[in-house]
Parts: sequence; C-alpha cells; structure tokens
Amino acid sequence: MSFEAAYSGIGRLDRLSYRDTVVHRLDPRAKVVATLLFVVVVVSFPKYEVLSLFPFFLFPVLMAALGDIPAGFIAKKVVVVSPFAVFVGIFNPLFDPSTVAIAPGVSVSAGWVSFASILVKFALTISAALLLIATTSFPGICRGLRRLGLPALFVSQLLFLYRYLFVLMEEAMRVVRARDMRSFGKRGAGVRVFVRIVGTLFLRTVERAERIYGAMLARGFRGDVPSMRREALRPSDAFFVLAAGCFFALCRFVPVPQMIGRLVRELAG
Amino acid sequence: MSHHLLEFRDVRFRYPDGTEALKGVSFLITHGESVGIVGANGAGKSTLLLHMNGHLLPTSGGVTVGDVPLRKETRPEIRRKVGVVFQNPDDQLFMPTVFDDVAFGPLNLGLPPDRVRERVHAALRQVGALTLADKPPHHLSGGEKSAVAIATVIAMQPDILVMDEPASSLDPKARRAVIGLLNSFAHSKIVASHDLDLILDVCARCLVIRDGAIVADGPAAEILSDATLLAENNLELPLTLQGRPAGEGTRR
Repeated sequence: MSFEAAYSGIGRLDRLSYRDTVVHRLDPRAKVVATLLFVVVVVSFPKYEVLSLFPFFLFPVLMAALGDIPAGFIAKKVVVVSPFAVFVGIFNPLFDPSTVAIAPGVSVSAGWVSFASILVKFALTISAALLLIATTSFPGICRGLRRLGLPALFVSQLLFLYRYLFVLMEEAMRVVRARDMRSFGKRGAGVRVFVRIVGTLFLRTVERAERIYGAMLARGFRGDVPSMRREALRPSDAFFVLAAGCFFALCRFVPVPQMIGRLVRELAG
Repeated sequence: MSHHLLEFRDVRFRYPDGTEALKGVSFLITHGESVGIVGANGAGKSTLLLHMNGHLLPTSGGVTVGDVPLRKETRPEIRRKVGVVFQNPDDQLFMPTVFDDVAFGPLNLGLPPDRVRERVHAALRQVGALTLADKPPHHLSGGEKSAVAIATVIAMQPDILVMDEPASSLDPKARRAVIGLLNSFAHSKIVASHDLDLILDVCARCLVIRDGAIVADGPAAEILSDATLLAENNLELPLTLQGRPAGEGTRR
C-alpha cells in the first residue's frame, strides 16, 4: 500500500466520524465505555472457545449498520492489520497437537481451535475499535476520556497527535513526492535516502512544535487545554450502555449458539 | 490612550548562535496607527515581530507596550495587549475544532463560558467564518484557515494586532477578503509582508528594515513609490504603481 493510499484511508475514517446518525449522536463516553466492555468480555473467553464468540459479531454489525459505516471499508482495515494476529497464533497448531472433535466424525488438533479463537477475537475487537473511531469524532473520544478521568496531560497529547497527524502526513507526502520526482528507478529510493527523509521530517516537526508552542503562549496557555463543552448524559446514552452490557453478559454466561442449536434440533425432531 | 502605544528603544538581539539579528531598532507606534514592515528575506522582520509579544526578549534596549515594559514577568500582560497572527495558520490552529481554537485564548484569560461563547461568535462573524465553527482545522481551505487564525487572535480583543504575512499563499479573492478584514479593524495594526500592494492598501505608515536596522520610516505611499530605496532592499514597486501598459506585461 502506498503512502498516499494509507493517508486517504485515515482521512476517510476521520470524515466518517463527522456524519450524523443515531450512533454518532450518542455521547462519546457511552461509546467508549461500551467498546471497552466489549473488548474485555471478548478477550475474557477461554482459549479454545470459538462458537460462543459468534453472537458478539452482532455488536459491530449493528454499530456499522446504524452508524451508516460501509462494512467493506472496516473489513478491509481489519484485514490490513490481521498479520499481527496471524503471527501471534500461527504456531499454535504445531505446539498444541492434541486432537479435539469439533463435529461428529471430524477432529482437528486443539491448536487449530485456539488459532481460530485468536482470529475471531481479533476481528471482533479491532472492528469494534475502528467503529468507535468511525462513529465518534476523535476530539469527542478525547473529551469522553477526559471526563472519564484520564489525566489532562494524556488527553492533550492525544489531541495534538490527532491535529498534527494530518499536517505531518501531508508534509511527508510532499517530501516523498519530491523524492520520487527526482529519483529514477531504484536510485534514490533506497534506505539511506529514506533515513534522511525521516531525519528531515523530525527536524521540521521540532521546529513546528516550537512555533505551535509560541502560538499557544501568545494566547495565554498555562499548562491545561481548556474545554467548555459540558454535555450531560441523556437517557438514550444510559440505555445504550445498559443494553450493550446486558447483551455482552448474556453472550458471556449463556451458551447462546448451543441453545439455538438445541432448539433447532428439537423443532426438527 | 497610552495603552495602545508600542515603543522600541534601541533594541538589539543576538541569537544564541551569535547572529546579530537586530542592531539597534527604535520606533514608536501610536494608537490606531497601521504600520507596514518590509524588507528583504533575512532582514530581521520575523525577529522584530517575535519581540512584540515577548516571544523573544531583547539582548539590550527596551520594548514598551502601553505603560508596561517588556520583561520576563510582564509577558502574560503584554500578550493580552498584543495579538500576533503567525504566518502559517497550521501553527496557529492547534485545537481539534475551529470553535475550540477560537475559544482557547478567551478561556485562558479566565472568562466565564457565556462570555467566551459570545466572543467566539463575534470573532468568527467578523471574519465571516461562523459556519465553520464545528469543523476541524485540517478540513479547511487555505483562505478559511487564515480567516480563522485571525479570529483566534481578535477573540482576545488585543489593543495591537501584529501579523506576519497575513495573505501569503492565498488566492486573490481570499487575499482581498483579508485586506478588507484588516481595514475593518480599529486596532493599531502592524503587518510584515512582501506583498507591497497589501501594505499599500492597509497601512498608512511603512518601516523598511535592512540587516537588523531601520533604514526608512515614513508614509507608506511615499516609501513604496521610491523605486531606488525599494531596489536596495530586494523589493520592487507595488504592482499597482508599476503602470504597466496593457499588452506589455508578459514580456518583462
């Protein structure tokens, strides 16, 4: 993936977060808490659990559908980062060769089962995190975290990260373009040039940071980034967290797929 | 109205690397004056501007704003009086949304939320950017960024407005809008720029700076029509004064 494509991907995620839907209108705090709960519950499943995880896909699917977020876009992003999860689990089938039966007459090594479990958990948690970002503006998330008690220093760091990510990426893009324009074939595209580009960008960033700090001081900055938004939680936010929490608890402690299976068998028999 | 005065008395400044950027600069700017600062690249314009709100402190000599002498301890007070709009709006706009950015200064002044909201709306209305309030700065065009950057400073209601290249990299229409905006301020204004037509449109008085010293100080119309003086400072006549006959423009 080229640099410019990566940049436009992040830009798109950011633009999605400025839409106006039921999900976007929820208080950032509600969404942060629900997503955190979701991640914790999904990760808490034992390592051979696969089937019981599937009901959890309802959460990201609903968020995407109600938030009008293109599922294909999120799926693509999940695939892009999936190598991390694959490498974490790829040796499980070798190290864990004891066999288990997964269906009548079919048995595989337990390692494959735990590998599948890792992949499903990964897909669930990453898609939930991406959807949180796609349905909540980043400043909104930061405000939510601040009101949930995260220290001011962390929150201002996050805010600056977000604000200048785009500036830095555009700058990097211009430098890369300038290099590509004057490098022919392999010459000029090597590691040595790359290292110098990174060095240049670093120095420019330091200078820019100094100018920004100057601009902040010029407007009376004294250590804390002030905010004056005081949104109150609405009943719909509380309902969302409650409903999500109940759903997670249900899927965690009650084997839903097995129950559905039994029900189907009884109806058929 | 002594609090709108800005005085430089024999200001010298040496950067830590030994470069002497200002070599004895003196001038007095009184209430309501609009002053252009012109000069070649590296003549010391930016260094001069950075002294006006105490970002740099003079190595020797003195800066006085109103009746407050510039010292390390008086900087917060000076910064309330002198608003600086930096050249690159991306350096100026650091908050996640336009509203938050314009509110940053007034909130730091300790104003109550209602007053802050009023000031933000007034400032954004004045620069014609009220509809942008909820946008993040990185989604704005260059002209919009410049307008918002100016709003962030006027929301603090400074006595003196200082601007570094307010219209560089703007398209002609956005540049024209900035000029209109500058002319609508009753503040004392100080504008550093290579855009001499802009200076001619906005400023009544003009300072020429060369090698860290002031080499000319007078009415803008007079200084900016002195072709010899301008040429000595790597400048040229403002385009509106060049009197180029139609059809010859492309050949020069």
